[in-house]
Amino acid sequence: MIASLAPTSMQWPTLGEILRVLIFSAGFNSAVVVVGALLLGAAAGTIGTFTLLRKRALMSDALAHSTLPGVAIGFLIAAAIGALEYKLPILLGGAAVTGVLGVLTVQAIAATGRLKIDAAIGATLSVYFGVGVVLLSYIQSIDVGGQGGINAFIFGQTAAMLTGDAIALGAAAVLSAILVAMLFKEFRLICFDQEFAMAQGWPVVRIDLAMMTIVVIVTVIGLQAVGLILVVALIIIPPATARLWTDRLWRMACLSAFFGAISGYFGASMSALLTDTPAGAVIVLTAGGIYLVSLFLAPRRGVIAGVVRRIMLRRSIARQHTLRALFEVVESGDPQQHTASISDLLHRRAWRQAQLNRSLRSLRRSGLLELTDKRIKLTDEGFASAQRVTRNHRLWEEYLVTFADIAPSHVDHAADLVEHVLDANLIKQLESQLQREGRLPIPSVHPIGSTEGGAR
Amino acid sequence: MSLFLQIDLPAILTGTLAAICCAMLGNFLLLRRQSLLGDAISHTVLPGIVVGFLIFGTRSAGPMLLGAIAAALVAAVLIELVKRYGKLEPGAAMGVVFSVMFALGVVLMEKAAARSVDLDAECVLYGQLEDVLWLGPQTIGDLLDPGMWPGFPREALTLLIITVIVALAIVLFFKELRITAFDPELATSLGIHSGAVHFVTTALVAIAAVASFEAVGSILVVAMLVCPAATARMFTDRLATQVVLSVVFAMIAGIGGYVLGAFGPMWVGLEHSLSAAGMMTVVAGVLMGLAIVFAPNHGVLAKRWRAVSLSAAIAREDLLAMLYRLEENDAGVALTRGNIRGALGGGAPPRLAIRRVVKRSEISFQPAGAELTDAGRTVAQRLVRTHRLWETYLVSELGLRPDHVHATAEQLEHVTSDEMASELRERTTGATDPHGKPIPD
Repeated sequence: MIASLAPTSMQWPTLGEILRVLIFSAGFNSAVVVVGALLLGAAAGTIGTFTLLRKRALMSDALAHSTLPGVAIGFLIAAAIGALEYKLPILLGGAAVTGVLGVLTVQAIAATGRLKIDAAIGATLSVYFGVGVVLLSYIQSIDVGGQGGINAFIFGQTAAMLTGDAIALGAAAVLSAILVAMLFKEFRLICFDQEFAMAQGWPVVRIDLAMMTIVVIVTVIGLQAVGLILVVALIIIPPATARLWTDRLWRMACLSAFFGAISGYFGASMSALLTDTPAGAVIVLTAGGIYLVSLFLAPRRGVIAGVVRRIMLRRSIARQHTLRALFEVVESGDPQQHTASISDLLHRRAWRQAQLNRSLRSLRRSGLLELTDKRIKLTDEGFASAQRVTRNHRLWEEYLVTFADIAPSHVDHAADLVEHVLDANLIKQLESQLQREGRLPIPSVHPIGSTEGGAR
Repeated sequence: MSLFLQIDLPAILTGTLAAICCAMLGNFLLLRRQSLLGDAISHTVLPGIVVGFLIFGTRSAGPMLLGAIAAALVAAVLIELVKRYGKLEPGAAMGVVFSVMFALGVVLMEKAAARSVDLDAECVLYGQLEDVLWLGPQTIGDLLDPGMWPGFPREALTLLIITVIVALAIVLFFKELRITAFDPELATSLGIHSGAVHFVTTALVAIAAVASFEAVGSILVVAMLVCPAATARMFTDRLATQVVLSVVFAMIAGIGGYVLGAFGPMWVGLEHSLSAAGMMTVVAGVLMGLAIVFAPNHGVLAKRWRAVSLSAAIAREDLLAMLYRLEENDAGVALTRGNIRGALGGGAPPRLAIRRVVKRSEISFQPAGAELTDAGRTVAQRLVRTHRLWETYLVSELGLRPDHVHATAEQLEHVTSDEMASELRERTTGATDPHGKPIPD
């Protein structure tokens, strides 16, 4: 059964073919198509950056679906005036008109307040698309040629693009990129602080309109290449990817354009190489692949970086727990002998031997303690660290008891959690109190937070 | 007759059942602001169907249903993960997941189609409602003949079963569904596992979507998950009523859409019928549009009317008080309807206010201008009294400056009851207001 998954008639391209397509030497038309898809990806990625930050990502989905009736009406008009050979501009014009109508519908429904934006988008995109389907069924029933191109608008048909189409597409992509560059400051303003922009007297509505206009341009030119269902992916995924890599807007816009361009370039190339592989879908899958990889690998925001950060934090906390337990053992013993046994430590806390051993090894590597004959001896530096950690902990404990009205039986548990985020200024205030009780570890000569146990 | 029974009836049944079962579930998505989950799921079901088909190699409902449900649940989980780890807003997270999965579906489908398999993406989008046939019954009586039942179309039967399951689930777990839809935290504190409820809802949406696909296509599924529930929401604040209404609207959309698609074109002289699934979507959209505009309480017109009516009520009181003050000053100004409208700010509310005072004979228009009737003077006197009492109170009790209190009193006079006015009288002294005008009795 599973065996049937393997394609029976697939022709894998040779390495040479792949190389030829990727370096644009596999024929003029395929090179033009690849460049067109690349420019489209770049343009969509650029404007998508702003719609994503403006939380309008799915608005472009409503827009894209709403173009279908426009395409159908455009076709009917072209057929009526006998201009079917030059139908493309009419179809795209129609698409733009109903696309904008769709966006206005979403805004009108959401403005009622009774229905929320998600319902407005869902209703608009399905109903406009439904109107388009009805019109298409009418077109199929009448006897007019040249209908083949219409379905390409739904799923995209990059390979069917003519040189002229690809050039128009590239020109529109470049135009929208220029517009974004010109309006960069305005877009940034309304993305991050709309109220401020309004208060400063910026024409927010008109800036929004400009942004939506560029989205319309990109969507309409993208219809042919990737189809109206998937064009939204080019507007959402590359910026979402770029967002993982950076916090700076201009960098995000550039990265997003780059990821979009790569997706377009690679997707269109693959589709030219493999038979029965629709370019639009491959472009989207490429973008999705880049997103997935980024989700794991991105520095700081990536999943792996997050996991590493969590592990480091857990280790650092475990080391501090160990130091404190050591200090408490040492404190109750001979003041000259900074030593403790493993079993002493084990009884201090509810922890497993393996856990304890791990942090002991880690502390030994840092030169904070020595292990001799089952005895643990704190080095001078280790003793100072342990002192600081314990002092910090007790100060915080004291703070909770004194100021925060925490039941004393809960203190230790809470202190364990918060000791590592303690604000250094609080410590000074509490020190005198502990000193009066004789529980203050001998005042540290080191500034708080130098190696272990300081305020993070 | 036999044509209707064999072609139209099964199609109407199938389309309407699909509409009903999606509409019922749509209510809960709508309240949780997850209407787009239906959109996302219906896109992601495509790879599920294709993978189910590729693995099991049949077009029978079972495997494709399994694949689709699995895909929908995978999508729901992925959306959550992307939301959490990618730190995206829910809409964008859905966009990322469903577009990639749909793209995967398109690629897989093209691969399957390359092996001359009868599966194509357009069928998933538009459905093949016109292909649902019940070859058998010739007369109405035949519908009740058990011998005809085995020929009952599979799509309609599947949908019938699923609609019943969905309806039962909603009836049995109505309390849980309602409370998780409105207040997930409260639900959790009451011991209802809102995550599980969400999971089951998602699974039901997936099942309903998949069962509907073959017959009516994904676009109708998306529309029916949103439109009937949204339409019903415009009419009522009660969830149970909303669910029932949404079913009614779904039925209207299903039957009306089919009739318009199949027979409508012939009425206007066209030869071929139009896409029935598309037309059902259109009808659902039109119903929703009408509801948004005309619904009695929450509709745009009703809201607009309430606002205008309130403005007119205030304008009426201002007008009466204005005439009272003119009389008091003996100013001898002749007020025509035109300058009354101007004085009250213009637009619809003053016009309505004038109509109201004339109808209640509180004002009569004489050649010398507008004059208060006795009835009108009584009302006006009470208003001016309230106004001046407030001014006195604000100055004497709150210590405001006399030239600062007019605007506040102007607002308060419209919302002050008689009891409140007499209380104000008790708390203040003097027969004149801070500006020296007499306070009427």
